[in-house]
Amino acid sequence: MSILVGKDTRLAVQGITGREGAFHTEQMIEYGTNVVAGVTPGKGGEWAVGNTPVFDTVLEAVHATGANTSIVYVPARFAPDAIIEAADAGIELIVCITEGIPALDMVQVRAYLDTTGARLVGPNCPGLITPGEAKVGIMPGHIHTPGNVGLVSRSGTLTYEVVYALTARGIGQSTAIGIGGDPIIGTKFIDVLEMFENDPATDQVVLIGEIGGTDEQMAAQYIAEHMTKPVTAFIAGQTAPPGRRMGHAGAIISGGEGTAAEKITALRAAGAQVSRHPEEIAEMVAANVSLA
Amino acid sequence: MPRVTHFLFILRQLRPSVSPVWRAQGLGKPRQVNGGDCPAKWHAVQSVATAKGGLTLNLHEYQSKRIFANFGIPIPDGVVAATPAEARDAATRLGGAVVVKSQVLVGGRGKAGGIKLAKTPDDAEEAAAAILGMSIKGLTVKKVLVDQAADIKTEIYLGAVLDRARGRVVLMASSEGGIDIEQVAAETPDKIITVPVHPFLGLRDHQARILAEGIDLPKEHTRRFTAIAKSLYNAYVSSDASLAEINPLVITGSGDLLAVDGKISLDDSALFRHPDLAELRDPDAEDASEQEARRFGLSYIQLDGEIGCMVNGAGLAMATMDIVKLYGGSPANFLDIGGGAQADKVAAALRLILADTRVKAVLINIFGGITRCDEVARGILDAIATLDVNVPFVVRLVGTNEEEGRQILSEANLATASSLADAARKAVAAAEGETA
Repeated sequence: MSILVGKDTRLAVQGITGREGAFHTEQMIEYGTNVVAGVTPGKGGEWAVGNTPVFDTVLEAVHATGANTSIVYVPARFAPDAIIEAADAGIELIVCITEGIPALDMVQVRAYLDTTGARLVGPNCPGLITPGEAKVGIMPGHIHTPGNVGLVSRSGTLTYEVVYALTARGIGQSTAIGIGGDPIIGTKFIDVLEMFENDPATDQVVLIGEIGGTDEQMAAQYIAEHMTKPVTAFIAGQTAPPGRRMGHAGAIISGGEGTAAEKITALRAAGAQVSRHPEEIAEMVAANVSLA
Repeated sequence: MPRVTHFLFILRQLRPSVSPVWRAQGLGKPRQVNGGDCPAKWHAVQSVATAKGGLTLNLHEYQSKRIFANFGIPIPDGVVAATPAEARDAATRLGGAVVVKSQVLVGGRGKAGGIKLAKTPDDAEEAAAAILGMSIKGLTVKKVLVDQAADIKTEIYLGAVLDRARGRVVLMASSEGGIDIEQVAAETPDKIITVPVHPFLGLRDHQARILAEGIDLPKEHTRRFTAIAKSLYNAYVSSDASLAEINPLVITGSGDLLAVDGKISLDDSALFRHPDLAELRDPDAEDASEQEARRFGLSYIQLDGEIGCMVNGAGLAMATMDIVKLYGGSPANFLDIGGGAQADKVAAALRLILADTRVKAVLINIFGGITRCDEVARGILDAIATLDVNVPFVVRLVGTNEEEGRQILSEANLATASSLADAARKAVAAAEGETA
């Protein structure tokens, strides 16, 4: 098992003929992901990245190949439509890598997705991976190893750092998921925590948050009320000066709300252990493993 | 994936809480207002919502008010002036008392002496002479807005902002106008009324009435208030704002409603469809290093520490700064080179870091995914070759093409590190060695 992606994933790549889409499709196939289709309007009937059939629409791709998951590498101005198209075609899980989608477009997309059964991960995220089964994203596959630790993060490279440290200690991951740093995202910490709690293949959870927003505080509340599995957390931005924006949307402190200290306090109060730096997460997780 | 857009507007000159933070009232409290569109159970338990969009372009007061006026929101007659003589002419043309207001992108202009009332054109000229050229929180005033003075009876607050928790644009109103909404949120949160707007429906009349009712607006103003609230929502959506606020919205002695001050922040990601608005960016609001960073698509914020940090990814960059601090050092900057950076971008990043004379050591932490370690290594060598480098470097390269990267750097005689903790320790030690 694991969550969201695995051996049953049949992946359609939206934007497969673009530079990024093609490169990462190759990487995903190499990892063993079952990539069944590509979608690029106007290039239907062609073949991309080896022998992946390309379709003009997601609907055709679903009909022809039974795709159940899609990944979106489409440029920001076209990505909202690509997400909606995938949902309309009956795709169950849509992973949007694209960065820089206007926030109000995402407000519309989310409002629309609420009326369908589709789940969106992202946008502006590295995607997700179930080691040894399927990689639906842009993370370096080789740093992962199969195991029982579930990871959820708002960040990209910081997640790789933690995965790397876990793998170096021989601790494998059930699924590692980057939910993205944009203001409006499809899947939040609490959604993933619930999935990990219910996943028999996950024994403990790592949560990597950042300053800004209140998602970590909501996660803390969820942990306190519903989680039986141990949670180890890290919050990036403990040294960020108030009011300074640190690069991307999620990472901001506004007037005393969403500070690292606030989030750490909430997570500790909820029973999570909070590490001081990324490599310490692996130490804490390892301690949990040896206790079990 | 490389950044599709690279608009990096850093909010360094703005007051800490440039965008409002408000408290959505908990269920059951008397002032709780649910505009009929917040189905998720989490809204009920969430006590604080942070209103923060993506990277933003902040508009001056006069620019913001012009947008408001375009959408039918009444604003005072006003003229922008760059010299005292122009301010005098403006005051003459407007007639009567005027307010001379500095146009800089910081809060607290009034307290700093950047807003003055002038009863005559002579006074206006004098006020403009005092305000133009003055420095407010490090920013020099280059323009003033000369507005007809309003006969203020009551001040209220009306704003539109993105609520990331609810995934909706939210309109909020308060009877406490004229002061920072953050202050109201902190001190008297029950005086802020919010309604979430469904994107496919827009702000409905009844929602505006809920706001009016919630702030005890005298009934004779409800119709005009409703029109202004709807115009504000339309202005927000049409310009792809992340924040649009009227503060204060004034009820005048003659019973009119007037947007006396206001602010709009635009979503940088949407500027591709607003070329007219993109031109409103004030280059003076960024310092030279930040403009340079923007040109190369780097995200850079200068701090006051001694260890220059170059990292890929914002989260990892922050974590790297955190660990530097943990080991007793202090970061000189936040710098995210983004994903897939090429050698020239890396070299530009190092130039920015080394231009800061406080930097005593440089810590480079790259976790290669899309970013290739050999590209980064080449950029480091390019920078070293062209710059006068006299501070120690500690380099950690992991991930895609790390071997090639290390190979390239082996000729350069730079300190390397295996783990992040190791890198931080070495950088802190190197900075101290330099100090001694």
